[in-house]
Amino acid sequence: MSAIAGIKPQAASVPQRKFGRAPAFAAALIAGILLAFNASGYHLFQYAQVLIYMIALIGLNLLTGFNGSISLGHGAFFAIGGYGAAILMAHLGVAWWLTLPIMAFICFGAGFGFGMPALRLEGLYLALATFALAITMPGILNYKHFDAYTGGTSGLQVDKPKVPLHLPLNQDQWLFLCCLAAAMLMLFIAQNLVASRVGRAMVALRDHPIAAQTMGVNSAMVKATCFGVAALYAGVAGALDAALVGFVAPDSYSVFLSLSLLVGMVVGGLGSLWGMLAGAIFIEFVPNLADSFSDMFGESAKALPWAVYGVFLIAILLLAPHGIAGAVQRVVAFVRGLMAKASPNLTPELPAISAGNQPAEQNHRTTQGS
Amino acid sequence: MTAFLNQCFSGLAMGGIFAILALSLVMIFQATALLNFAQGEMAMASTYLAWQLIQHGVPYWLAFVLTVILSFAAGVLIERLIIRRFASAPVLTVVIVFIALVFIIDSMVGWIFGYQLQEFPSPFPEHNWFNNPLVSSHQSGILLVTLVVMSVVWAFFRFTTLGLAMRAAAQNPASSRLVGIKVGWMLALGWGLAAAIGAIAGMMAAPIVYLDPSMMSSLLLYGFAGAVLGGINNPWGAVLGGLLVGVSVNLVGAYLVGTQLQLAVALTMIIGILLVRPSGLFGHTIVTRV
Repeated sequence: MSAIAGIKPQAASVPQRKFGRAPAFAAALIAGILLAFNASGYHLFQYAQVLIYMIALIGLNLLTGFNGSISLGHGAFFAIGGYGAAILMAHLGVAWWLTLPIMAFICFGAGFGFGMPALRLEGLYLALATFALAITMPGILNYKHFDAYTGGTSGLQVDKPKVPLHLPLNQDQWLFLCCLAAAMLMLFIAQNLVASRVGRAMVALRDHPIAAQTMGVNSAMVKATCFGVAALYAGVAGALDAALVGFVAPDSYSVFLSLSLLVGMVVGGLGSLWGMLAGAIFIEFVPNLADSFSDMFGESAKALPWAVYGVFLIAILLLAPHGIAGAVQRVVAFVRGLMAKASPNLTPELPAISAGNQPAEQNHRTTQGS
Repeated sequence: MTAFLNQCFSGLAMGGIFAILALSLVMIFQATALLNFAQGEMAMASTYLAWQLIQHGVPYWLAFVLTVILSFAAGVLIERLIIRRFASAPVLTVVIVFIALVFIIDSMVGWIFGYQLQEFPSPFPEHNWFNNPLVSSHQSGILLVTLVVMSVVWAFFRFTTLGLAMRAAAQNPASSRLVGIKVGWMLALGWGLAAAIGAIAGMMAAPIVYLDPSMMSSLLLYGFAGAVLGGINNPWGAVLGGLLVGVSVNLVGAYLVGTQLQLAVALTMIIGILLVRPSGLFGHTIVTRV
């Protein structure tokens, strides 16, 4: 069951360009720092949230885009990260930045533990198991015997991190820059992971599980590890989110969180790590259209962004199965093709780039394995 | 003892709802080998339709029949307009389409009807039948409806040519096409049936859980649990599974873990069954050719 055959993760196919990534990171960092000193507090909060979603989406994409497993319950690990960090901060007085590695570790364990049995299930059944997890999560967080730790329905308040060392920054700028650093670091790790031996095993399992196992890839181990890593990313994102918002409550982790993460991944582009920035921007800002909708169509139209989500999803699956990242790649390939035509003696390496053009058809050619 | 029996019967009644829902999931699974994650939202939308009709003064049973017919049409339309385009797409794509449907239906209903809880009438009398102290009339009514739905579905597949054609199309699309069955339309009919059956589940559940756009999300999970327990490709298994899930979740919730963790019980059941016996109690194992 190759769920999304045909998507070629770039980093895996061109390992020799290991240092070719530096400009993109430098540009992102500079843009982020410029933003930090020019945007207002509320906007910075939103941008920080975008970066947090980006981290969670990268994790989900490692699982779905690169390993071909479906998770509809990524928000559950986001919730574990958020609640774990809040409990550590509020009850045990752990410093907020320390909660990140701790929650990363715990969520990896949780993901690995859930993934080990659940990944024996294929495709639809895995989707079902993770969907069940997502629906169950708020109830578990609400559970009355945990009230002493979780604060029950009313949630848990934590102190927002303060700016250290008298740096000339306000709290919003500091938090935004922390999120930026975390997002870039997590992206860097993900890119290296994908380009590594484990990354190739992940992709091999996605594209042809039987061939991969014949070549000696330990399917259960790699898949569970991948699920663990995806949970780790969600956990880090959740912990950062708890610190940024300063508050966790069961309602913030409903099944719709998991589903909107799925939306973000598809919109951003399956199998594209930078594309997750676009996906994160989408899920952060489309719900904000709520207000303009309710101005136009009345108060109850607040729900309409979800309809926009749905329509977008179907449109993207039909028109651009590789999301925003795929569309950008296509445009780049098109422009390069034009340039190559204009000066034929320049011969750029087209085949490597045109990979982005093919999958749309390949996608439809692969049939379900059942 | 009376309390225990009460719990059993209310579990059985909820189980009836789960059973009908599971049956609708099995309809789509049998026809297309897909789990419809939007089934709950479809049922919820149908229930709102029934509520609107009743608000306009349509008698209950007429509204019931109209809703079932309109839901059937809507199910056929959804298959024809949307699902069809993804017929040969990979599983992941189809799952995402279902999620998209969840979003669209949920927000459209929220937009049209708002998010307040609404009361939904029960068609059954207020007093318990035969003055028995154990089962309310709505609870026994649900079980009755479950039995009727089950029998009608069974008779449809067993005795009608159309039912036979649908079974054939599900089992062997290529050969069915060769003998002149319109396989595409059979899939659409499967969706229509699923939507109609789901609508009945929604209308039976609404008097208990009240009507609001998120009413079906947890019920759907129990429906899944029932379908998986009974065997996702066996309608009778699914019905029995739904009833079993209803009773066991209710009893475990009442006596062991508390009502808050009932969903967690369903989650554990789903994962446990999928791990130990993926084909469920009565389903047959699907062997895939490599």
